[in-house]
Amino acid sequence: MKRKFMKTAAVCMAAMMMLGSLAACGGSESEAPEETAGGNGTELTGNISLAGSTSMEKLCEAMSESFMQANPGVTVTVEYTGSSAGIESLVQGSVDIGNASRGLEDGEKESGAVENIVAIDGIAVILEKSNEVADLTTEQLTDIYTGKVTNWKELGGKDEAIVVIGREAGSGTRGAFEELLEVEDACNYAQELDSTGAVLAKVASTPGSIGYVSLDAVDDTVTSASLDGVAATEENITAGEYKLSRPFVMATKGEIAEQNELVQAWFSYIESEEGQNVISKVGLILPQ
Amino acid sequence: MKKKAKLNIVETTAKYIFTICAVIAIFAVCSITFYMILKGTPAFKTVGVLDLLFGTEWQPTAEEPKYGILFIILSSIVGTGASVLIGVPIGLLTAVFLTEVSDKRLAAVVHPAVELLAAIPSVIYGLLGLMLLNPVMYQLEKLIFANSPSHQFTGGSNMLSAIIVLAIMILPTVVNVSASSISAVPNELRAASLAVGASKIQTIFKVTIPAAKSGIMTGVVLGIGRALGEAMAINMVAGGSVNLPLPFNSVRFLTTQLVSEMGYAEGTHREVLFTVGLVLYVFIMIVNFVLLKLRREATEDE
Repeated sequence: MKRKFMKTAAVCMAAMMMLGSLAACGGSESEAPEETAGGNGTELTGNISLAGSTSMEKLCEAMSESFMQANPGVTVTVEYTGSSAGIESLVQGSVDIGNASRGLEDGEKESGAVENIVAIDGIAVILEKSNEVADLTTEQLTDIYTGKVTNWKELGGKDEAIVVIGREAGSGTRGAFEELLEVEDACNYAQELDSTGAVLAKVASTPGSIGYVSLDAVDDTVTSASLDGVAATEENITAGEYKLSRPFVMATKGEIAEQNELVQAWFSYIESEEGQNVISKVGLILPQ
Repeated sequence: MKKKAKLNIVETTAKYIFTICAVIAIFAVCSITFYMILKGTPAFKTVGVLDLLFGTEWQPTAEEPKYGILFIILSSIVGTGASVLIGVPIGLLTAVFLTEVSDKRLAAVVHPAVELLAAIPSVIYGLLGLMLLNPVMYQLEKLIFANSPSHQFTGGSNMLSAIIVLAIMILPTVVNVSASSISAVPNELRAASLAVGASKIQTIFKVTIPAAKSGIMTGVVLGIGRALGEAMAINMVAGGSVNLPLPFNSVRFLTTQLVSEMGYAEGTHREVLFTVGLVLYVFIMIVNFVLLKLRREATEDE
């Protein structure tokens, strides 16, 4: 008997170990937040579907997680299909909200999509402090990142090599930077670092270096270059004058007021203090 | 009677606990291997074995993505090889110094210092490399490439920095394993060598080191394993662009490739990163098989 018991115990334990390690393996695969739909006592139940921009993944994940915590009866599903595809699904009526990391085009507006700007993404170009160059034109910035210009003296600075620092492939900041500057896949990086902090630290400590980070991450260890004479500030970005910025749009078919109560709740959550906190926390600027 | 039965229970319980512990280790190895193969092989099909392993362009997010990891594999091999070439002679001579040359009091200071080197977390090595080594490298880079317009300046984050950091990191492994195998060489051998008129240095290089050969090789292989698997320190000093592994190029290793891109990768990009992991795993496996073989030879020698 004892022996049998021990054997069963051993088998059970081994099985538990196996499950444990499998769960650990599975965990790295999908990081979708698991929210159980309790539904008890909450008024809202149902499903909100979003589709669109891959750049908005961080915002959407954070927002939907926070929203579902506040409204346990609601499930938010987001697909990252790209801005144009998202608006198309919205117009066709297969999703409630279409995400676009750009302003809507006239054709899209004509087909019924309404532009609701929920946040603005701004990218600052940062330079090492001793750099004499403080203003760059869009063209100069493009030349630097494509490797056409390699010394600051060509741009009116001192004789110092340019160390081009960027982010790793797949980074949202890199995607936005390259897209806004129209240098997708043409950049010639000397260093590809995997976090905003690393870029800041590297630029701060390397003479002649240039890098880019989310606007909210800029601190006084580096100088932030102005672009075409426009400084990278929140005011200039909300005014639409700074080039390296883009709106994050959650488009609806028709005005928000015409939507079902779930979608209305979603937008009022975004407008609420908690929602605005989420936006700031993922490093975005609040639209005015 | 009763006492014996009680003893029996304790014995069998202990036996099962030991078995379970052994099963956990084996199970972990098997499941990791299984998982890496399961996750790492699909990309061979989607990208193509040749394009993946021998492609030189790494543009995973481009319009037409390219997933060539040849430069990454080469960087890992060159970086590990060079750091071993630098680290092993230094480590071996340190071990000789500790066991054969120095007086006991000095060895009592040096040995703990070497052991402390092993206990320092790799992120600290990375930090020091970042703060001390990279600026020096940048000065050097500016001197060497002053008149070379085609060179892309990396700000000192380059292959050479990674090699130096790795060489220091493998020192303690090489020193400790070599030192213990050198001190295990029977004194009769040394005495015989000295008796026939060989000098102390001749004895060390012609008798003691050859006699401790397999132990020293074990240290070298362990060092290779450590260098190959290191990620954090290299990530901080090597620059991270995918380039040909030349001394002053910013490079990316197999390990840092995973560290830096796993966060946001998706689709095929993610699959390829698992393949990178699989390649690294295969390398580590090879290193370990060599190690096992060396150990077996060592025991046969005895």
